[in-house]
Amino acid sequence: MMRWIGALLLGLMLLAGPALAVQPGEELADAAQEARARALSREIRCLVCQNQSIDESEADLARDLRLILRERIAAGDSDAQVKDFLVARYGDFVLLDPPVKPKTWLLWFGPAAILLIALGGAWLYLRPRPALAEAAPLDAAERARLDRLLAEDGEEGA
Amino acid sequence: MTQPLRFALYALPFLAVTALVAWFALALAPGRDPSAVPSALIDKPAPQIDLPSIYEGRPGLRSADLKGRATVVNVFASWCVPCRAEHPVLTQLAKGHGVPLIGFNWKDNPEAARAFLEELGDPFERIGSDPSGRAGIDWGVYGVPETYILDAAGRIRYKHVGPLSAEDVEGAILPVLRQVSR
Amino acid sequence: MIAEIGLYALVLAAVTSLLQGTVPLIGAARQRLAWMEFADRAALAQLLLVAVSFGCLVAVFVQSDFSVRLVAANSHTAKPLLYKIAGAWGNHEGSLLLWVLILAVFGAAVASFGRALPATLKARVLAVQGLIGLGFHSFMLATSNPFARLDPAPLDGNDLNPLLQDPGLAFHPPMLYLGYVGLSVAYAFAVAALIEGRVDPAWARWVRPWTLAAWTALTAGIALGSWWAYYELGWGGWWFWDPVENASFMPWLMATALLHSASVVEKRDALKSWTILLAIIAFGLSLMGTFLVRSGVLTSVHAFASDPGRGLFVLMLLAIAVGGALALYAVRAPSMAGGGLFQPVSREGALLLNNMLLAAAAATVFLGTLYPLFLDVAGGGAVSVGPPYFQATFVPMMIPLVLAAAVGPLLAWKRGDLLAALQRLWLAGIAAALAALATLWLKGVAIGPVIGMALAAWLGIGALTEWAERTRLLRAPLGESVRRARHLPRAAYGMTLAHLGVAVLVAGVTASTAWKEERVLRMKPGDSVEIAGTTLTLEDVEPVVGPNYTAMQGRFVTERGAVLTPQRRSYWVQGTVTTEAAIRTSGLADLHAVVGEGDGTAGWVVRLYHQPLVPWIWAGALMMVVGGLLSLSDRRLRVGAARRAAAPAGAARG
Repeated sequence: MMRWIGALLLGLMLLAGPALAVQPGEELADAAQEARARALSREIRCLVCQNQSIDESEADLARDLRLILRERIAAGDSDAQVKDFLVARYGDFVLLDPPVKPKTWLLWFGPAAILLIALGGAWLYLRPRPALAEAAPLDAAERARLDRLLAEDGEEGA
Repeated sequence: MTQPLRFALYALPFLAVTALVAWFALALAPGRDPSAVPSALIDKPAPQIDLPSIYEGRPGLRSADLKGRATVVNVFASWCVPCRAEHPVLTQLAKGHGVPLIGFNWKDNPEAARAFLEELGDPFERIGSDPSGRAGIDWGVYGVPETYILDAAGRIRYKHVGPLSAEDVEGAILPVLRQVSR
Repeated sequence: MIAEIGLYALVLAAVTSLLQGTVPLIGAARQRLAWMEFADRAALAQLLLVAVSFGCLVAVFVQSDFSVRLVAANSHTAKPLLYKIAGAWGNHEGSLLLWVLILAVFGAAVASFGRALPATLKARVLAVQGLIGLGFHSFMLATSNPFARLDPAPLDGNDLNPLLQDPGLAFHPPMLYLGYVGLSVAYAFAVAALIEGRVDPAWARWVRPWTLAAWTALTAGIALGSWWAYYELGWGGWWFWDPVENASFMPWLMATALLHSASVVEKRDALKSWTILLAIIAFGLSLMGTFLVRSGVLTSVHAFASDPGRGLFVLMLLAIAVGGALALYAVRAPSMAGGGLFQPVSREGALLLNNMLLAAAAATVFLGTLYPLFLDVAGGGAVSVGPPYFQATFVPMMIPLVLAAAVGPLLAWKRGDLLAALQRLWLAGIAAALAALATLWLKGVAIGPVIGMALAAWLGIGALTEWAERTRLLRAPLGESVRRARHLPRAAYGMTLAHLGVAVLVAGVTASTAWKEERVLRMKPGDSVEIAGTTLTLEDVEPVVGPNYTAMQGRFVTERGAVLTPQRRSYWVQGTVTTEAAIRTSGLADLHAVVGEGDGTAGWVVRLYHQPLVPWIWAGALMMVVGGLLSLSDRRLRVGAARRAAAPAGAARG
C-alpha cells in the first residue's frame, strides 16, 4: 500500500512538474477575497501530501482545491460554507482545524482539562497539611528524656 | 490523602503507558493505512454526473447509467502506473465475473486514454471523461486508481483506494457486490 | 571485508551490553565491588566496539561499496564527500548505529567522569545504560542490519534524497540523538535511584550535567531542523507541527521541566518523586518518537521507510523500558515522598508552576499529535489535527510561563515575596508597556502580536533585572558590581542567557508570524517588484551545473545592490527537483527569494518573502544553547562537590 502511495506521489510530482503553491494566475482579483482564500487554504489539508495545507503544497490536487475554494468564495459562499463543501466530499479529514464534534471533544477540551488537573495537582500538593502542624509541646517527662538522649549523643561525638 | 488513593495515584503513569502501548499495538495491525482517506459519501447517492465519453460519437456517462443495477466505477488515468498494474484484475472482474464496470477517466487527455485502453484492452461498459478533475472532486477522488461500488439505486456503498489485486476482488469487491445486489 | 568487521564488532558490542546490563546490577545488589567496577570496563569496551562498527559503516559509504545494501540504497559515486559520510546516518539502519554510538559515548563518559558517584549508583546507572544499548543492538541485529550485503552489487547507488544533501540537515540527527541519549542517562539515574530506594540532593547534582547536556543538544537539534526547513523548503515556514517535529518537541518540553525541577531537588530536597517521573517520561517520549518515525503509523514528511515489524520491536522496547520503569516507580516512589516544605509563593513554587505548564503543554502536543491515530484505531474515522489546533491550545499555555519566568528567579527559596519581586521588575513592566504601545502604533490593533512583543520585552528585561540584582548594579559602587559580576557562577550566566534567548525567540516568532509579507508573481528578466518598502529587480535566469545536479539560477538585485541567487535544481540520479531559496538577512529581517517554473518567454514564477525578526528565532535558540553550554562548564558541576558519604564516613566508623 505504501509503495503505491509513493508511486502516486512521485507520479503526481513528476507529471505536474513541481509548481510552486499558489501560482500567479490563481489569485483572485479582489484582495480581500484573496486574503480569505489564503487564510482558508491554510486550514485545508492537502490529501495527497504528508501533512501540508493546500496553501503550501505543490501537488496537482492541492491546486485544484485552491481553485475550487476561490470559485466558491467568488460565488459568495461564507467561510463555513466553503469548508462544508469540502467536508461533504472528503470528510472531516480535509480540515486541519478539527471540527468540534462529540468525537473531538476530548481533543478540544482536553488541553484545558489537563491544565486544570496539573494546576490542581500542584495546589493539592502545596496546601497546608494539618498533619505537619506544630507538634504538641513536650511535657516535663518527655523533656527530661530528650535531654538525656542528647547528652548521650554528645558524649560519642556528633 | 489516604494510603490506597496515594498508591493508586503513583500507579497511574504505569497504567496510562500500558494503555498507550496497547493502542499503538492496535495501530500496527496490518492493513491499516494511515494515509488513506475514508470516503465521506458512503451510503449517500452518487453525485450528479454528466460526462462525455473518451470515444467520439459514443454516449458518455450520466447519473441514469449508474442506476438499475449494482455497478463498479473505476477511476483511472493513462499516466497512472498502478492503473496499469490493476488492469488485468479489472478485465477479469468485468469479463470473468460479469460485473458492470464503468470507467471514470480522471485528469486525463481523451486521446491518451484511448491509447491506454487500446494497448491494454477496454473492459468498461461506458467511460466518462473528466479532464479537469472537477467531477472527480465531487466524488471525493483524491488520486488514481480508486474504485467505487454503487447499488441499484445509485448510492455509493464502498470505496477502494489504490490498485485492485485479485485478493481485493475476492475479499472485498465481490462480497460487497453480492450484498448490495440483494 | 570492512562490512563484516563492522558486523562482528556490532555483535560483540551487543554481547558486551548484555554483560554490562546484568553483572553490575547483581554486583550492586550483593555489594560486590569487582562486579560493580566491571561496569566501567564494559562501558569503555562497548564504546570501542561500537566506534569500530560505526567507523566501518562510514568507511563503506565513503568507499561507495555498493555491495552493501544500505550504501546502494542511499549513496552515489557523484555525491559530495560530506554527504557520503552523512548518508551513513541518513537512513533507518545507519541512524540506529549512530544512536548506539552516542549511547556508548555517554556510557563511557559516565564511567570516566563519574568518579564522585557512589559505586552502587554508578554501577546501576551503567547497567541501565547497558540494557538500553542491548535493546537497540537487538533491534538492529534482528530487523535492521546496517551491514547487509547486496548480491549482485549494482554499479552505482540510488543516491541520497537531495533534500537531505545539506549541511544543516547532516548535523540535525546527531544533535537530536545527543539529546535523546542524554535523556537516557537521566532516565538511567532515575531508575537507579528507584532501585536504590532514595533520592537526595546529591543525586540531583549528579544528574544535572547530563540533563543539561541533553537539553542543550536537543535545543540545538530542533533549532537546526527548523532552520533547515526554513531555508530549504522555500516558503518561509519553520515549524509545521508535523508529528515527527512534535515527537522531538515533547521530550524537549519535558527536558526543560526536568532541568528546572532537578534544581529544586538539589537546593531544597523537594519534588523528588516528580523529578524521577519526569526523567522517565522524558526518555519515554524520546523512545516514542523513535517508534513514530520508524513504524509507519503516522504520515509525516520525516518518516523513514515504514515497517510494522520494526515498529513492533520498538514498541516492545518502549513497553519494557518505560513500562518497567513506571512499574518500579509505582512500587518505590511512595516511600520516597517528603522533603523540604515551601510556600506556594516561592522559588520552588514558581518552578513547580513552570513544570506544570510545561507538562500540560507537552500533554497538549501529545494529544494533538496522536489523536488522529487513536480515533482511527477506535473506529471513529479520520480527522486531521494541524497547525490551527496547536496554535489555539499550545500558545496560550506559554503566556503564563513566560510571565512567570521573569518573576521566578527573583523569588526567594521556601518563602518568597511576590510584591517585592514585582516591584523590582518595574523596568520590565515599563518595557512591556512600551513594546505593546509601539506594536499598536506601528502595526495596528492585533491582540496576538501585542501580547507577544510585550511578553518578549517583559522576559528580556526581567532576565537582565535579575542579573542586575545579583550584581547590585546601580545600588552599590561600580567596582563592587563588577567584582560580583566576575564571581557569579557560570550557571547564573547560563540561566540569564538562556532566559534572554527565550525572550528573543518569542519576539522573533511573534514578529515573523504576524508581519510576514509575500509576493507571488511571474517575472521576466528586467522586471521589478516592490516588497516591504524595498524594490527587487530580476536580472536574469541562467542554467548552472553542480556536482550531481543542473539548475536554473535566478539573479535578483536589491535597491542597495545586494544579490540573491535562488536556484531550481534537478538531481539527475533520483530525478527529483528541489528549490534552493536565496535568503538575505539584515539581522532584523529576512528577504527570501525563490524561483520556480517558467521560461524565457512567459517569464518565471517567483516567490518573495519578507519576514521581520525571523533571524531572532535562530539567535534566540543559539543563546539558549550557549547558555546551556555555559552552565555545563560551571566548575561546581565537575568538582566533586557531591561527595555524599564523605563527611560522616570520616566521623563514625560503623
